Amino acid sequence: MMAYPERVLVTKIGFDGHDRGSRVVAAYLRDAGMEVIYTPPWQEIETVVKLAMQEDVDVVGVSSLATDHLIMPDLIAALRDAEMRHVRLIVGGIIPQNEQPELMDAGVSAIFGPGATSEEIVETVRKLAVEARAARETAEVV
Amino acid sequence: MSSNKKTRMEALAERLRAGDSRALGRALTVVESGDDDALALTEALAGAFGEAHIVGFTGPPGAGKSTLLDALIHEWRKEGRPVAVLAVDPVSPVSGGAVLGDRTRMGAHSLDDGVFIRSVSARGHLGGLCEAAHDMADMMDAAGWPLILIETVGAGQSETEITQVADLSVVISAPGLGDELQAIKAGILEIGDLLVVNKVDRDDADETAKHLEAMLALRSGAKRDISVLRVSAATGRGVTELKDEIDQLLEATGATVGADRKRKREARKRRLAVLRFASRISAGISEEDFRAMRPEELDRAIERSLALLSTEVED
Repeated sequence: MMAYPERVLVTKIGFDGHDRGSRVVAAYLRDAGMEVIYTPPWQEIETVVKLAMQEDVDVVGVSSLATDHLIMPDLIAALRDAEMRHVRLIVGGIIPQNEQPELMDAGVSAIFGPGATSEEIVETVRKLAVEARAARETAEVV
Repeated sequence: MSSNKKTRMEALAERLRAGDSRALGRALTVVESGDDDALALTEALAGAFGEAHIVGFTGPPGAGKSTLLDALIHEWRKEGRPVAVLAVDPVSPVSGGAVLGDRTRMGAHSLDDGVFIRSVSARGHLGGLCEAAHDMADMMDAAGWPLILIETVGAGQSETEITQVADLSVVISAPGLGDELQAIKAGILEIGDLLVVNKVDRDDADETAKHLEAMLALRSGAKRDISVLRVSAATGRGVTELKDEIDQLLEATGATVGADRKRKREARKRRLAVLRFASRISAGISEEDFRAMRPEELDRAIERSLALLSTEVED
C-alpha cells in the first residue's frame, strides 16, 4: 500500500492532437485510485519537465499516434538534466515495432500499443510508481 | 532511521528556502501525505512562513474559477509579481483517484518561471479543500512565493473552509446557476470578502449581480459593505479592476491580516501538537495494547498528552 496515491502526468507532446487515447488512459488510472494530472495535446518538452517537477509525479505517460514518440529520448535527457531521473516514462499509442528498441534503450520503461488492457496499464504504472519513489528516496539520501 | 529521516527533511527545507522549485514540488507531496516526514519538514521550516498573502477563490462548479484565475495571473504577471497556485479538484468517492485538470485552463503560464501551479486532490476531505491545504500554502510561503492563490473544489454551498487558510476570500458566482433564493441562503456567499459575478458577457448576468447586491443590503453586521464586481474572464472585462480591488483589500487589511494569521497559526500549532502526539501513540503503543488499555489508563494517557500539548503550544 502506497502512503499516498500514485501521481501520474498524462500528456501529449508534439503536433498531433488526437487525444481520445490519453483521455481514456487517464480515466483508467483515476478509476484505479491514482491522481492523474491531465494536459491537453501539443505540449513542449520543457513544459512537461516543469509540470513533472511542480506536480511531483512518479510516472509520465505520453500518448503518441504519429511520430511524436521519437522525441522521447529528448524528454528523458531533459528530465535527467532537471535532476528528475527517478521519474518513470511510459509511452502509449502507435509505436512501430522497429522503433521500440530505440525507445527502451533510451530509458522508456514501458510501451503500450493497441489492444493493451486497462489491467496491464494500471499494474505497470503501479509498479513503476513504487520504483520511482524508491529511486527518489535513494537520490535524496545521497 | 529517524535521525536519517530528520536530516533528509532538513536538507529538503534548505533547498526549498533557496528557491529550488523541485524541492517545493517534493515538499508539497511530503506535507500532503501528512506522515512523520511532514512533521519533521514543518518543524524544520517553523518561522519561515507568514510573509505571503493568501487569497482563496470559491464558488459553484462551472462559475469559471479556473478561467478567472488564469486571467488574474496574467494581470499580476504583467506587474512582474510571482504567483503560486494551489488548485484543488474533487476526488472520486469510489476509487480515491482523481483527474486534476484545473491547470489545463492555466496552460498559458506553463513556461513562466514566475508561476508555480500545483494540482491537489481533495482526497476525501469535505469542506472544499484538502486536509493539508494549510501546510501546502505554508510550503509555498516558505519557498518565497509572495502571493498564493487557492482555488477550492467547486462543490456546493458549504465549502467555507477556505476562510481558515486565506487572508481574503473571493466568492465567484455566475448567471444561470440559481434564482434569487440562492442569493439569500447561508453558506459560501457569507464568507466572501469580495463577491464576483463572472460571465457578464451573458445577458442575464446583471440580474444575478443585482440579486447579490439586494442580499447584501439585507445583511446586518460585518461584511455588509463588500463589493459585487462584474467581470468576464472570457472577454477580460473587469479583470484588471478585480485584481486592483484584491490588491487594495490585501493592503488595507495588512495589519489585521497579521493578527488574524497569528490566530490561525496558533490553531495550526495546536493541530500539529495533536498530530505529533498521535504519531507518538502509533509509534509507542501497538494496536493490540491500545485496544487492551483500560478506560482509566486511557484517561491518564490523554491527560498526559494534554499537558504536553499545552507546553508545546507555548513555545
